[in-house]
Order: sequence, then structure tokens, then C-alpha cells
Amino acid sequence: MENIAILTPVILSFFILVIPSGIRYGYTLLVTLFIILLTSVPAANTLFHPSQAALLYLAGGPMGSITFTLDSLSAFFILVTNFTVLTGLLYSNGYLNSYRENKTPARFALHYFSYVWLHISMLCVLMLREGTAFLIAWELMAVASFMLILFEAEKRSTLKTAVNYLIQMHVGLVLLIIAFLLAESATGKFGFDALPVYFSAHPNVPLFFLFFAGFAIKAGFIPFHTWLPEAHPAAPSHVSGVMSGVMIKMGIFGIVRVLTYVQSDLYTIGILIMVIAVFTGLYGIVMSIVQTDLKKLLAYSTIENVGIIGTGIGLGAIGLGLNQPALTILGFGGGLFHLLNHSLFKSLLFYSAGSVYKATHTRNIESLGGLVHTMPRTAALFLFGSVAICALPPLNGFISEILIYYGLFAGLQASSVFQTMSMLMTILALAMIGGLALFGFSKAFGLTFLGTNRSGLHVEENAVTPGMLFPKLLIAAVILLIGLAPMLFLSPLMGMIGVQFHVNPEPLVGPLVFALSKISMMGIILILFVVGFLYLRMRVLKPAKVAYGATWGCGYTAGTARQQYTATSYAANFAELANPALNERTDYCEIPEEEIFPKKRSFSLRPTDIFQSVFDKITDYSMLALKKIARLQTGNIQHYILYAFIFMLIIFVLLYLNII
Amino acid sequence: MMGFLLALVTALFFPGIILRVKSMASGRKGPGILQPWKNIWVLLHKGSVFSTTTSFIFRMAPVIYLSTILCAMLLLPFPGIPSVFGFQGDFLLFAYMLALGKFIFILGALDTGSSFEGMGANREALYSMLAEPAFFILFGTLALLTGHTSMQQIFESFQFVGHNSFIIGFIAVYLLIQIAMIENSRMPVDDPKTHLELTMVHEVMILDHSGFDLALMHIGTALKFAMYGLLIANFLVPVDAGIMMEHSPQWLVQPDKGLAATLGKGGLVVVQVVVYFLIQVIFAALIGMMESFRARKKMAKNPQFIVTLSSIALVAFILVLLITFKMIS
Repeated sequence: MENIAILTPVILSFFILVIPSGIRYGYTLLVTLFIILLTSVPAANTLFHPSQAALLYLAGGPMGSITFTLDSLSAFFILVTNFTVLTGLLYSNGYLNSYRENKTPARFALHYFSYVWLHISMLCVLMLREGTAFLIAWELMAVASFMLILFEAEKRSTLKTAVNYLIQMHVGLVLLIIAFLLAESATGKFGFDALPVYFSAHPNVPLFFLFFAGFAIKAGFIPFHTWLPEAHPAAPSHVSGVMSGVMIKMGIFGIVRVLTYVQSDLYTIGILIMVIAVFTGLYGIVMSIVQTDLKKLLAYSTIENVGIIGTGIGLGAIGLGLNQPALTILGFGGGLFHLLNHSLFKSLLFYSAGSVYKATHTRNIESLGGLVHTMPRTAALFLFGSVAICALPPLNGFISEILIYYGLFAGLQASSVFQTMSMLMTILALAMIGGLALFGFSKAFGLTFLGTNRSGLHVEENAVTPGMLFPKLLIAAVILLIGLAPMLFLSPLMGMIGVQFHVNPEPLVGPLVFALSKISMMGIILILFVVGFLYLRMRVLKPAKVAYGATWGCGYTAGTARQQYTATSYAANFAELANPALNERTDYCEIPEEEIFPKKRSFSLRPTDIFQSVFDKITDYSMLALKKIARLQTGNIQHYILYAFIFMLIIFVLLYLNII
Repeated sequence: MMGFLLALVTALFFPGIILRVKSMASGRKGPGILQPWKNIWVLLHKGSVFSTTTSFIFRMAPVIYLSTILCAMLLLPFPGIPSVFGFQGDFLLFAYMLALGKFIFILGALDTGSSFEGMGANREALYSMLAEPAFFILFGTLALLTGHTSMQQIFESFQFVGHNSFIIGFIAVYLLIQIAMIENSRMPVDDPKTHLELTMVHEVMILDHSGFDLALMHIGTALKFAMYGLLIANFLVPVDAGIMMEHSPQWLVQPDKGLAATLGKGGLVVVQVVVYFLIQVIFAALIGMMESFRARKKMAKNPQFIVTLSSIALVAFILVLLITFKMIS
């Protein structure tokens, strides 16, 4: 029975490739819904009864049986994944419409096939514990997402980005293989089951950070994030939404999973995670502010949010290390809650950015503007997502951030100065991230949607179909629900953390529910105030004289759209402050004195990722070195025989000297 | 609720006092205390002019801005009176609620497509981003000192910490005054009386607002001042009679009867309210004096000035670490 349940989606998925293109999307949707139903029901069951034994699926196969384990942690991630994959698929139909003329049906078939396989592989990553199976699923996930990024493969930059992505994912894979092998050499088991045995007898920090590095490449912690701001913009928007919303979270899942096995040195590990996470958050948002590509801006903001999630996880680990259950629950609770929230608002933002791209064919904020008049619904949804991502009440981002803040403020009351100071510094960093996010998203929304169009761009009418709006409205509804009734989501979350980390969340649940109910009450009061004032405004303005005219131009009436603030100028005063971190490159050639009639000149300013330039330097040098070595490749058969001879000679000498 | 109502009353005369003090300092008689509200009343009944560039964001912005300020005010406690909306970490909601208002306010300014308003919006975003950490460190300090995280409990136990609370209180009040000045875009960060769009922050953002919307903005500003005044008053208004006796001069406290007995419960509230209004009047007069005798900083120097507040807050934090003997032992 279980065999059939597991194999059915796999078999069904292959029919996507051969089915007539007219019903392909519908069929893909059906397969995805089937997979979602198959996994969500047991997942929800496990999440609401976390103390029950993990559900097992056994599937016999040619290489022995594979065990699918569903515990509360996987269950939580499965539910998050399923929701975003579904909204992404719903959105994709309308979004890909405009590509139907110039892309072959085979391309679409491959795209949807990869999409389903990305979904299947993510679910497998979440449920497999055995090393080989896990790594295969992990690899499948990388390959499937690689195929998805390649949808516009005819663009050279997309191809380059996708290959870069694939290579970086494999560096991560190698790190994970090494980590699993290290654990195997000590315990004889290959997989997550080896870890509790290994960690109880060996130093915990090195192996943990090997795993951390492997998973962090996926999650986008600095300095392993460089693939992320390139790959997200290159992918089609529904894929960016799914990648940013859930796929990178598999890295977080891996880190949390390994953390559940760590036995000692948790304090050190927690502090280190927190430091990395805080810098990830700050760097991500600082880079995000200066971007002029809308999707790249969102991609960097993903890095920022991974930083916030990581802060929560680090705090949780500190709590485990110090044996302070409050920190553990609030840290992991806040971090994982933020993960859920981020998957919601970031996919919403990516889908909205996709609609903008579809209507205008550009992602450059500098040439956008005034879209609120032509696409008001997309604008409203983007604004909604921006408010949520800036952690502003009454939406969901605030709820998860306040949980992390609670944990940090609880951690302040510590006996050691070091801990108190690190908590305060993290509070400081979170507050700064909050302020910077507000700055960044006032830019992202304000300059894309408000004002007037900066470049006379043609905006396609009806580019956004109702089918594209529906998934976004669905996400917005969940965001509002979490914002106004966070208590509903608290108890499964607390239960999961209680079971995973062996702490008792009971004493905290009461005060938290009290606080959250007050927050939701304030949210409702806010909405009531707004509605009340709007009604009042309507009543007052109805009889009053309302006139329309041009924007105040300080007496100058011939202003043009190009005089508006641009994305670069909006970020300029901040970029000046943050210059050391930004590494902005200016391309401009000064006018020399002898040039009496200056010719046409161009000026460009672009921020570069410091880490990217470091990696570029490394690859440049290694390319240089490899070129030198390539001189050995003469194409002369005599030389190659000589090399073989020298090699044997060296082996002989080494053997003679007893070195090998 | 008490704090909310008192702050509403304060907002009625607050801008008037500032205006009056400024007039007197410059040698004029000045308008009546209620003149700013008379202006608002007139604005409320006037028609509006909207720019054709603007959208629903522009129309929503003043409404949401004012609503967030009212919500933030609801969260503030009044000394000694249980707060209805308070909870653990309510100051976070307070800060983020104000941030929401600012976010919408900034978007409203950007909606006009004017380069001046873009400039103002940009400055506002930068300054509030820089000022935010100071507020959080300040509350981190207070949380560490008192061991509580709800504003009600922080302020109540703060007064019982002992004589050390004086120095922390002094720093806190100083910081809050400066933060209030930045958040309201007043001297030394911004000059509300400037007549050049290029040098404005707050004023340039409301250039295109008129009639009802402009009135809401003005009401918001008045309320915001009263709100910060209430926050400051929470540090200084005595929580109960015991605290009051301890810090009162000898002649006031009769040795045999005791102030607590003389006053009773009702008397205490009267004293608290009187002290509260005294503080608000002094605060308003102080702002008037500061605006009269202080020059606005150069725009480029503002970030430095604002970041300094965070460093002062950090100093206070380290001071608390010293006071609680965490650093030495």
C-alpha cells in the first residue's frame, strides 16, 4: 500500500512530458494537488499531535527499503512547502502565458516536469533520514531547480547564472558528503541516525559547522550567498517565489535537524550561528537597499530574512546550551515562525514583481514608476507584502519578530556580561535591520509603483490575469490571518519545538497567548480607527470642493518625469553612510580641460557584492594557474609518454624511500 | 486609558505653547494657545486639491498615519494606573506601530512624484532608521535594570530601583526628548519654519496635502508631541505616595501625619495629574526655547547627530551593567 502511495506521484509525473500541451497545466495541477493531499494530511496530523510516534512509510526497492520518516519538524516544513508550491503553480499559468508563442511545448513540458520534481525532491529531503537517499534527494532538488532557472536559457546571462548555481550547489553537496562520511567513519552508519552517536562521543563544533557550511550554501548565509542574488532574478517569477519562499529553507531545515542531534558545546554553536546570522541580516538588507533591479532587491532581502531566521535559531541553540527553556522556545519558535511568514510574504512579493515584469518587460526600478495607476491591484498586493516584510503590525512579520525580540530580551537577564552584551548587540542589529527594511521597501514600492513613469515605458494592459491575482490574494489572506490571530499558530509550533528539543513549552504558552491576543486586539483597533477616519473623510469631502491639478513644483510648471527621485538617488544618502560595505563601482570619465565641447557621456553606478568579488578573484587566479599548467598539454604523443614515465619514476622513488 | 485621555487633552495646548514660547523669544506677543487647533478646525472644513499624479495611497496615508499614532498612544501607561492594552514587550509594538505610520507617510509623499517630496521622504526614512536603535537600546537598558519588559512594569519598578535611577532617568529623558525632536522633524534635525523646499524634511512631505488630509497630519504631529511628553512623564510622575515622600522636601512631608495619609487615593491622582501637566508644559516650553535658540544642523551632519544618540544609549546600558555589578563581579 505504501509503495503505491509513494510511487504514484513519481509515475504520474512522467506523463507530464507526453500529455497534450492543451491539458498539460491542468494535469500538472492535479498531480501537485495529489502530492499535496498525500503529504499534508499526515503532516497536519503529526503537527497537531507532535508527541505521537513519527509516522513511517516503508517502500521496498531493488536497493533495499527506503524509510520515510515524518516527525513534527518535517511536518511543519512540509506544510509550508506545499502551500507555496501550490500558489506558485497557480500563479505560473498566467505568468507563462506570454511565453507560449516563442517557446516550444517541449520547453513547457520540461518546465512543469522539473517543477513537480522540485516539489517531490523537497518533500523527500524533509522525510529521508538515511544518508544516501537524503543526498540523492538533495541533488535532485538542485538539478530540478537548475532546470527551472533555465527556462529562459536562450539568454546568455541566465545560462551563466544557472551553471554558477549548479556548481555552488555541488560545493554544498560535497561538504555534506564529507560530513556524513566523517560521521560514518566513526559510527558505521551513514545518515542522520549516525549523528546522535557521533555527537555523544566526539567534539561537536567541527562536524556541526561542516554541516552548517553545506546547508548554509542552500540557505544563503554569508559568505555562501553569492548564487542567490543572481539566480532569483534569472528564474521566472513563480520559480523565484518558490526558491526564495521554500527551497532555500531546506538549508535551514538541515541546520535545525542537525541541531536536534548536537549534544554539547551548544552555547558556542549558538553564539556563532547568531553572529553569522546577524551579519547575514545586515549585509543582506544593506545590499538590498542599493539595488535597482526589483527582483535582485527582493533576493537580497531574502538573505536578510534568512539572517533573521538564523538569529532565532542561534538564540534557540544558546538556550539549549544554557539550559534556559525560555530562550530555546522563543528562539526556535520565532525563527521557524519567521520562516513560515517569510515564505508567505516573499512569494507574494516575487509574484507581484513578476506581474510588473510581465506588464512592463523590465525589472529596472529606474525606468518604472507610476504603476499604481495602471495596475492598482498588483500595487496594493505589493504594498501589503512590503508592510508584512518590514515587520509592521498588524501583519505576520511583526509576530515572528516579536517572538525573537522576546527571546533576546529574556536573554538580557543573564549572569554573564558577555551574554548580556551579545543579546543587546543582536537587539541593536535587529532594530537596525527593521529600520533598513523600512527604508528598502519604501524605495521598492514607492519608486516602482508611485509617482509617474520615468521612461515613457509601455505598460501592457490586462497583463495580470485574474488567475495570477488569485494565489496572491490567497497568500494575503493567510498573512492577515496570522497577523490578526497569531494564537492559532502558536500551539502547534510550541508543541513541535517542545518535542524536538525536549523542553516543556507549557509555562510560556499562557503569557505568549496573552501578549499575542493584545497584539491582535491592537491590530483590530488600528483597522477600526482607519475605517472610522476613512468614513469621516468621505463624509467631509463629499460636500467640500475638490479640485485636481499638477503636483506642486515650487513655481516651476514644466517639470518632467525624469526629475523625480530615482532608485539610485533615494539610496544615495544611505549608500554614502554604508559605503565600506557596498563597494560601489562608478563608471564615468571626467571631462578633460582641452575638450571644449564635451561629447555625450554616460554615468553608471553599480553596487558590487564584496563576497562575489572575492570569489571572482579566487576563480580568476585559479584560471590563471590552470592556464599555466595547461602548457603541459602539448598534443605531442612523445610528451605524454614522457609524463607517464616521470610519474612511474616518482612512484618508484617514493616506494623506494618508503614514503608510500 | 488615563494616559491616552490625558495625552489627548495635552495635545490641545501643546503646539500652542511651543508657538507662544517661540513668539515671546523672538520679541512678539504671539497667537493664543488654541490658535493651531483653530487652524486645524478651519482646514477640516476646507475643500481639497489633489495632484493628478496621486493615487489611493496618497488619500489613505494621513488616515493611517493618524490611526497609528492613536494606537501607539493607547499602549502608553500612566503611572500607578493599570494599563488596559499593556503586555510584555509592548514597547516593541509601540515602536513598530509608529514605524508603520512613518512608512505610509513616506509612501504618501512619494506618491506625488515630486522631486522635493522624494527628497523629504528619503531623509525621513534615513533619519527614522538611524533613530530606531537608540529607542531599542534605551528600552533594553530599562529592561535590564528593572527586569520587566512591559512599559507599565518598567516605569513602576524603575522608580523603586533607588538613587541610581536618577542618572539613568536623566539619560532616558534626554534621549526621549531628542528622539521626539527627530521623530517630529524639529530642530536641530529639521526646521519647521524654513521656507526653502530643499532644506525641509517634514514640511516638504506635506506640500501637496490640503484640507482634511492636511488637518489630519497636523493633528498627528500635535498628538505625537503629547505622546512623547506622556512617555517622558512616565519617568517623572511619582507612582505612589511612598515614592513621593521619599523625594519631597522635609517641610512638605509632615513627620506625624505623612503625606500618604493626608492625600488619600484621590489626592494622589490629583497630584499625579498636576505633575503630569507641569511636565508637559515644561516639555513644550523647552521645545519652544530649543527651536528659538538653536540652529538647524547641516543636512549632511544629521546622521552623525542621530547616531550619537545610540551611543549615549549604549553608555547608559553599560552604566546599568556597572550598577547591577555584572561588569565588576
